[in-house]
Amino acid sequence: MLHRLNIHKIDYIDSNGGFLIMHKHPLLFTAKFLFCIAIFSNHSLSLGAEGKLLATAGLSQVEGSGGGGLVPWATLSGYDSHDELSLSVSVSSAELNDYRLAVQTLSASFYDRVEVSVAQQRFDLKTSGVDIKQHIIGLKYKLYGDAVYGYSPQLSLGLQHKKNEDATIPNALGAASSSGTDIYFAATKVHLGAISGYNTVWNLTARATKANELGILGFGGPSNDRYELMVEASAGILLSRNLVIGVEYRQKPDNLNLGEDDWFDVFFSYIPNKNLSLTVAWTELGSIAGAAKQDGLYISLNGHL
Amino acid sequence: MTRVNERHSVNARCLQLILSAFFTLLFSACTINSSQGMNKNSTLYEQLGGQNKLEEIADNFVDEISFDAQIYPYFANSNIKRFKNKLVEQLCVMSEGPCQYSGDTMEQVHTGMNITERDFNRTVDLFIAAMTKAGISHPLQNRLLKEMAQTRDQMLYK
Repeated sequence: MLHRLNIHKIDYIDSNGGFLIMHKHPLLFTAKFLFCIAIFSNHSLSLGAEGKLLATAGLSQVEGSGGGGLVPWATLSGYDSHDELSLSVSVSSAELNDYRLAVQTLSASFYDRVEVSVAQQRFDLKTSGVDIKQHIIGLKYKLYGDAVYGYSPQLSLGLQHKKNEDATIPNALGAASSSGTDIYFAATKVHLGAISGYNTVWNLTARATKANELGILGFGGPSNDRYELMVEASAGILLSRNLVIGVEYRQKPDNLNLGEDDWFDVFFSYIPNKNLSLTVAWTELGSIAGAAKQDGLYISLNGHL
Repeated sequence: MTRVNERHSVNARCLQLILSAFFTLLFSACTINSSQGMNKNSTLYEQLGGQNKLEEIADNFVDEISFDAQIYPYFANSNIKRFKNKLVEQLCVMSEGPCQYSGDTMEQVHTGMNITERDFNRTVDLFIAAMTKAGISHPLQNRLLKEMAQTRDQMLYK
């Protein structure tokens, strides 16, 4: 299958030895991948993991980890259970007033215990035609619990190692470094039938980070170059087995002294089966690099095997 | 320093706003829930539709299982009639109906089967399909699943 997908370029993206399989045309790659998934699901071949309940796999968030759109959750990215492996891929785009953020992610999760993810972000400055690229490698380990069953929330510990491809813009803005590592602790719980019989989900994440705008504007800066603890939260209601609506909040530091804002979104996810999901969100990302009121539509397509 | 404080107070206000919005939503949803006076005093058993409906769900569930290659092997040597009766009894007790469960404990029934999480969740999917075919609404399905979920640990990997 990998042969059919025509992967012909493997790039090293950081000194720690992690690598990301890159296609010349990431969108085409993703489209082909999703096409393959669709073909397989139509033929009802159970190639991949289906061992979780529908809609409990969540999404791949903006940095590639399993979660909501903005926030990494304690749940892993795929539908793998205790005895399975799964592979997930996503392509997302946020169209803001002055910027565009495009993200492609690939993640594998093992035995509903460990998740490894890679992501590449391209941040376009629409007015100048310049773009900033960042690569992220993520690792998540489930410490305890099950998001759906039992009284305790599911608890996970994760990290995201980020490397900005070109330090020019972060440096010009005063960032102290072009790479950095975030560490997070997440708790996620689904409550069956909690509100008028509807299932609800909440997530709370604490993240230690130096990243400016996810790291797109580098790490650390003139006003602060130490790790700060940020709070991130999500809450959602499952309207049916296939529809989820929810809100997300992500607190952010302001190391560059540019008035970096916290992020907020309202999302709507459609999950027709265990192979596909489509998310549309309204995001309010506030001021980015001095340009105020960056609001816009976020669209994300997720595929699971 | 002032700037940092200012910023954190803005962040804190934002978080406060979002949390209060969420809890308002929760609260109003709960109010709607309790204002459904009709349902307030009736049991889940009655809301589901009583004995006949539980039997219909059990019948559908057995149909789902018998057409599922992944789950059927667990039931290949079972006494299906007894399984149906005991399942209906158990659903009745779980939904606060006028029944008593006379079967074996979940541990006794499932020990030696070594049920995997994958197969357990697959069976939940089949049970959901059985409820949907019996015309059980989404919220009532979830409330019954919530009761059933409590027996999960007595079934997995035994």
